[in-house]
Amino acid sequence: MTVDQPKYKTSDEVDFVVIGSGAAGGILAKELSTNGFRVVVLEQGPYLTEADFTHNEVKVLNENLLTNHPQLQPTSFRKTPDEKAKPQRALVYGRCVGGTSVHFTANLWRFHEIDFMERSKVGAVPGATLADWPITYADLEPYYTKVEWDMGVSGLGDASPFDPPRSKPYPMPPLPVKSSGVLFERAARKLGWHPFPAPMGILSQPRPGRSACVQCGYCLGFGCEVGAKSSSLAAAIRVAEHTGRCEIRPNSYVHKIELAASGRVVGAVYFDDKRNTHLQKAKAVVVCANGAETPRLLLLSANKQFPDGLANSSGLVGKNLMFNTYGSVTGVYDQPLNDYKGYCVSRVLHDFYELDHEKVGFYGGGGLDARYTFTPVSFAFGGMPPDTPRWGKDFKAALARNFSRTMEVAAHGTSLPVENNSFSLDPELKDAWGLPALRMTYKDHPDDLKLTNWLFERAHEVHEAAGAVKKWGYPAQEQQFGVHLLGTCRMGNDAKTSVINTDHRTHDVKNLFLCDGSSLVTSGRGQPTMTIMALAFRAADCITTLAKRGEINA
Amino acid sequence: MNESVSRRRFLSRGAAGLSAVWASAHWPALLAAATHARHAAQAATPAKFEFFTPEEAREIDDITSRIIPSDDTPGAHEAGVVYFIDRGLTTFAVTDQKTYRQGLPELQARVAEMFPRVSKFSALTPDQQDQVLHSFDDSGQQGQRQGRLRSRPGAGSFFETVRQHTVMGFLIDPDFGGNHDGVGWKVIGREREHMFQAPFGYYDKSYPGWESAVKEAEKK
Repeated sequence: MTVDQPKYKTSDEVDFVVIGSGAAGGILAKELSTNGFRVVVLEQGPYLTEADFTHNEVKVLNENLLTNHPQLQPTSFRKTPDEKAKPQRALVYGRCVGGTSVHFTANLWRFHEIDFMERSKVGAVPGATLADWPITYADLEPYYTKVEWDMGVSGLGDASPFDPPRSKPYPMPPLPVKSSGVLFERAARKLGWHPFPAPMGILSQPRPGRSACVQCGYCLGFGCEVGAKSSSLAAAIRVAEHTGRCEIRPNSYVHKIELAASGRVVGAVYFDDKRNTHLQKAKAVVVCANGAETPRLLLLSANKQFPDGLANSSGLVGKNLMFNTYGSVTGVYDQPLNDYKGYCVSRVLHDFYELDHEKVGFYGGGGLDARYTFTPVSFAFGGMPPDTPRWGKDFKAALARNFSRTMEVAAHGTSLPVENNSFSLDPELKDAWGLPALRMTYKDHPDDLKLTNWLFERAHEVHEAAGAVKKWGYPAQEQQFGVHLLGTCRMGNDAKTSVINTDHRTHDVKNLFLCDGSSLVTSGRGQPTMTIMALAFRAADCITTLAKRGEINA
Repeated sequence: MNESVSRRRFLSRGAAGLSAVWASAHWPALLAAATHARHAAQAATPAKFEFFTPEEAREIDDITSRIIPSDDTPGAHEAGVVYFIDRGLTTFAVTDQKTYRQGLPELQARVAEMFPRVSKFSALTPDQQDQVLHSFDDSGQQGQRQGRLRSRPGAGSFFETVRQHTVMGFLIDPDFGGNHDGVGWKVIGREREHMFQAPFGYYDKSYPGWESAVKEAEKK
């Protein structure tokens, strides 16, 4: 917790309540408070700082130091709407100030032009609700640049021939290449592809109050102890606090948005850490609770005017859920890579960003990268070739040989929006506060599985060309677990086929705005956070303009 | 946010090795167990066991030593894994007590079945010990042996639990009091530093830099 935070009373009608402090909420808090507004951020998780972060994998990964708690917040899963959902851990998201941006790997790829206009280009895809965005890449470009400069992204602008146009170079050079990156780069070139330094939301040079990356090796799943990772905690929340107009209120679990008879929202109802209920009053509410909790909150806020969920006249709140596809091939090499050192991903390629769907026989595209995602314990249980003995002399020998000689080639790709894929309220299962739990319904579109397997073959080819001693992976399986939670309150011009407009304002309620993964119309190629952050900067501009024109509270 | 399935697999890799007990909130106790293991392994006089009798501890120590044997490099014994498990069974892994209490007699019964002249696991040669453990291992490794042996319900889960606890006790971060003297990390070649500098490994040592690599590629 830092300086200058005002303490608003719940009865003070502040300008904005922002619900959630992650990639989108943190940036909206920063921008709106910088623009002169009084802001209260309600975050369900605790306020942890660099001093609380640790490499302790049991505490972080198994005890959910930074993430949602399956015991307190159970979820259920089913494949199709005609099934009864079974209690099952269905998702992970960040549950602390900074949200998922605290523990993410920090791959910050921009979306390309195609992501915004794919429906027009490829036509209808049977079984999917693929749609164009109501905004274009050009509309978002200034905000991508803003993310790179404001939050801090390391990268090399002209390195990929597939990159979309940019108005400014990256603010700082790429981080040093890793052995996995060198192997990947050489192999990809041999195959005629175009590898480039990964754009990472990790500082290669120090910034005020933030260290450059010290290459400790704990990015994915962990909070950065030196502030090098460009989380909203490190790069946005503190700026918001320094305005003196923004209060970050942790341990505040919002479960209802209160609607007045006038059809306007008047504030957010939340439990504090002692489970007392409060209503924080505000002139407008901005929900940035992620692609699962944002639709859940709207559904929980159903009332007389909106019996199917607040701002849900379209019936699309919670629907069109997308995860991104993923496949990876692991390889072992002759010499030590020591990829446990340093950040996660140093080389990427986008040659397959836009596949010719007529040629390959399915819709989609993606990117490949070189990475290493293991800790010693997780490596022993899940990082070795499938034919390795599970114990004994040969197990130990394989552990000793492989730990430093292993890398993964990962393939990330599109998920098609399918209306049945959704978050909804489970009719039986309750969370620890007695509220209906999240129910996830998900069945991959067949093209997503075809794409995953296609990219999986390319990942094999990289290892082959790189001279892997051994390589293995597992073909595509239907997903039952989400981390990228996208598309569930999609943006659009038509109130019948979307939930928010291009200002991130809900079509139904004038002073209610949504911005996070739920806003996305398409899934991109596997790395959505850059676009969520850019949308947040853009949403802040739109909302500020509306507020200054008096169009929010008129 | 990042890499949907990678993240899922990452988490499940952690979780896969850990029973439900591990996933619950017992970290302070786990930490204490690890610290205890380190001190116990360092002490000149052996520490007192809290859950195991000295005889039982001897058997467990021998099992862990077959899971991660001591050869030209240290194994589970040198990492003090038996102390880690012993403390764990009175703290973070209390619900595994039954698995151990029932599993050990099953193990000794299997020993008697396979080697009638020997009274306990620790009295077997390492090769014989491996044979006994293979007969318990659910994974099917040398599973054909199980055909002629009496089924021993629960023994498989006993072995699997010991296996998981052993791997954990051997590789847990020594900064948090884990594997004694970081021997587990030495074995796998993980340096015990909190920060690193490039070059990290063999292949990036000779990397000429991005510009030169591009030029080299263009020449070819």
